[in-house]
Amino acid sequence: METLFGLDYPTWWFLVVGGLFSGYAILDGFDFGAGAWHMFFKKDSSREVALKAIDPTWHGNEVWLVIGGGTLFAGFPVFYGTLFSAMYTPFILFLLFIIFRGISIKFRNMEDMPWWRKMWDWSYSISSIMLAFLLGVVLGNILNGMPLDENFEYIGGGFFEFLNPFSILVGVTSLALFMMHGAIYLLLKTEGKLYNRVQVFLKMGMAFFIISYIITTAYGLFNLDHLLVVFKENQILFVIPFLVFLSIANVPRLASKEKYGWAFIFTSLTIALLLVIVAFELYPRLLWSNDVQENSITIYNAAASTKTLKIMMGFAAVGGPLVLLYSYFVYRTFWGKVDSNAEGY
Amino acid sequence: MDVEILSRIQFAFTIAFHYIYPPLSIGIGLLMVVFESIYIRTKKKEYEVLAKFWTKIFAITFGIGVVTGIVMEFEFGTNWATYSRYVGDIFGSALAAEGIFAFALESSALGILLFGWNRVKPWVHLVATWAVFLGSMFSAVWIVVANSWQQTPAGYHIVGEGMQARAEIVDFWAMVFNPSSVDRITHVWLGAFLAGAFLILSVHAYYILRGRFVVMSKKAFKITLVVAAVSSLAQLFTGHNSAEGVAVNQPAKLAAMEGHFEAEAPADLYLFGWVDKENQTVTGLKLSGGLSFMLHQDFKTPVTGLNAFPEEDQPSQINAVFQFYHLMVAIGMFLIALSLFGLLQWKRGKLFDNKWLLWVFVFTAILPQLANQFGWFAAEMGRQPWVVYGLLRTSDALSKSVQANQVLFSLILFFIVYTVLLLLFIYLMNKAIKKGPSSDTDFDGGSLNKEIANLISK
Repeated sequence: METLFGLDYPTWWFLVVGGLFSGYAILDGFDFGAGAWHMFFKKDSSREVALKAIDPTWHGNEVWLVIGGGTLFAGFPVFYGTLFSAMYTPFILFLLFIIFRGISIKFRNMEDMPWWRKMWDWSYSISSIMLAFLLGVVLGNILNGMPLDENFEYIGGGFFEFLNPFSILVGVTSLALFMMHGAIYLLLKTEGKLYNRVQVFLKMGMAFFIISYIITTAYGLFNLDHLLVVFKENQILFVIPFLVFLSIANVPRLASKEKYGWAFIFTSLTIALLLVIVAFELYPRLLWSNDVQENSITIYNAAASTKTLKIMMGFAAVGGPLVLLYSYFVYRTFWGKVDSNAEGY
Repeated sequence: MDVEILSRIQFAFTIAFHYIYPPLSIGIGLLMVVFESIYIRTKKKEYEVLAKFWTKIFAITFGIGVVTGIVMEFEFGTNWATYSRYVGDIFGSALAAEGIFAFALESSALGILLFGWNRVKPWVHLVATWAVFLGSMFSAVWIVVANSWQQTPAGYHIVGEGMQARAEIVDFWAMVFNPSSVDRITHVWLGAFLAGAFLILSVHAYYILRGRFVVMSKKAFKITLVVAAVSSLAQLFTGHNSAEGVAVNQPAKLAAMEGHFEAEAPADLYLFGWVDKENQTVTGLKLSGGLSFMLHQDFKTPVTGLNAFPEEDQPSQINAVFQFYHLMVAIGMFLIALSLFGLLQWKRGKLFDNKWLLWVFVFTAILPQLANQFGWFAAEMGRQPWVVYGLLRTSDALSKSVQANQVLFSLILFFIVYTVLLLLFIYLMNKAIKKGPSSDTDFDGGSLNKEIANLISK
């Protein structure tokens, strides 16, 4: 198989897609987190500031989902078809909440009636919570594996199969992680009383995350043996969970010193490292077949042609820096605390 | 109902709903760029007000367009898994290119467009406006490339057999510039310009009729009328090119569009009509041999008809394809006539004198929208029974693991949510339009004074 700098193309593409979804989790993760805290703010004006904190940038963040989906579709079409059809219900719900999240942000401030604003506040917050949870649920199902046939077609049940204990735990942990991450983002964007209030949220968020993370990890260790194989075979890899531990421990340490910029970097790093662990647990598989091992979807049997992967590596090489440049410019423009009097639509 | 028909209804419903918004965004985007450029050049405040007003409307359409657009990307996987596996190599690359090269640009720049008026220099803001507009144009390019490949596949080969068969790229540029891409991209662009332009004409005609923002509206109306006239005329050419392409590449579709059954005979061109599929007849007003003439400049040249194809390779809804196609053409002709008549009245100096003409413009906003929808319905229903023309049948493209009750459930959810969304969209648009271009009363008074001065000087 052809290689580029010693790695074959499917592996490269696995890294690209993984990188994009990590980026998406970090960026839209704080939007979801901020949204999950939204109803903890009691005053209309506080909620308005909290919304303004994400308003100019959430569109750009959502792009990562669109690109991530496109690259997954193009690079691993077999996996794309199987995963999305197997996870039909959670993905459809995800879409509906994506719609409600978006229109809630857009429509909330277009009217002054209190009931109107409250309705969109609720819709925004519930959508954000559900989006964070559903992302985790899908990830949990990927880690858990599912029954596949020799055409890599899902052969399990339909409606509610996606709700199993492990995936629910991963869903809750994702929500908790994003709530911690989102609280820190809000701290970077707020001042005064609101800032003090979010400091309390952050403490709750950190506790929520650490507890749910420990429970989920323990459950995984006892019940999902297939995920541990790679670590048993290459003990050097235990360094990654150790780094995760250090990274998580840094968040409360930095938070107690009110160094939220650094804390934000460490919650982002935590998200990225957790996904690195996921990558090692799976590679070279994308989806475990639970009954018949040979039917597992791997990056090799799911990959597009090498030619297509090469073309898209070109896209990534040209487009990647462009996307980062746009993002840099937009974040720089809206850097700093929210100006609560600024005009917007 | 079975999974196939439910999935088809769901995809048709979600994409038709989605397609209300992107054309508006592209069309309004074009005029937004024009108004803001004039403002930066001339520093005339009214163009700033126009640019800001249409940016506000743009924000509503863009927002709904984005959230309803992600739905389709996911639906390829959820409902059409076999299709996804089959075309991922090709269709997926076009989608990925759209995300990286177009959508990222427009969505990032959007933040500056909407919230950056006081944060960046005016020329930087103009660059952002351009970026949003060009980003949306590029988005259209990649999406239409992907769809055109389904109509006229090129630059690929088929690997594997049975369930594992799939199309892979052999020549990327041949895939991108497949036989129908260019004609269809230009056709879609112009359709979008028309959707935006006629909405803007409608709103400003309404203001003129109501005596509000009159000076500004007249200026906006004239600029937009030029865009509408040029676009509607140009649409005639791209439409004609598209039809010629369909004749060569998808003869069964063309035959359905004109209800032409005989395998090898000169074909007629209908102004309107009704297709009886059973008896293979069309009742309506026709130009005998007109289709032959349009394609070959000769009334006698035979055109391939539906009977040249086995029953299982013909589109099943021939009358629907015929009607959608003819309605689109009829609307196109009307738009040409209306905008040219508008230009004529302008030349005579009577553009704003006839109330009835302004009222016609007010109600015409809906027509390009309908034409866009009808055109896509004709194109997609005419491609049936294929999802990738000649390669993959729609009935084979489904997700094998999804059950009918799941699709029914999601279809009902989409139906409810989209109904709410449409009502909200209409409500908010109506509100924004009623409120008008400026909340700045000083400026309003200024224009009123000018109008009074104009009246007196007359």
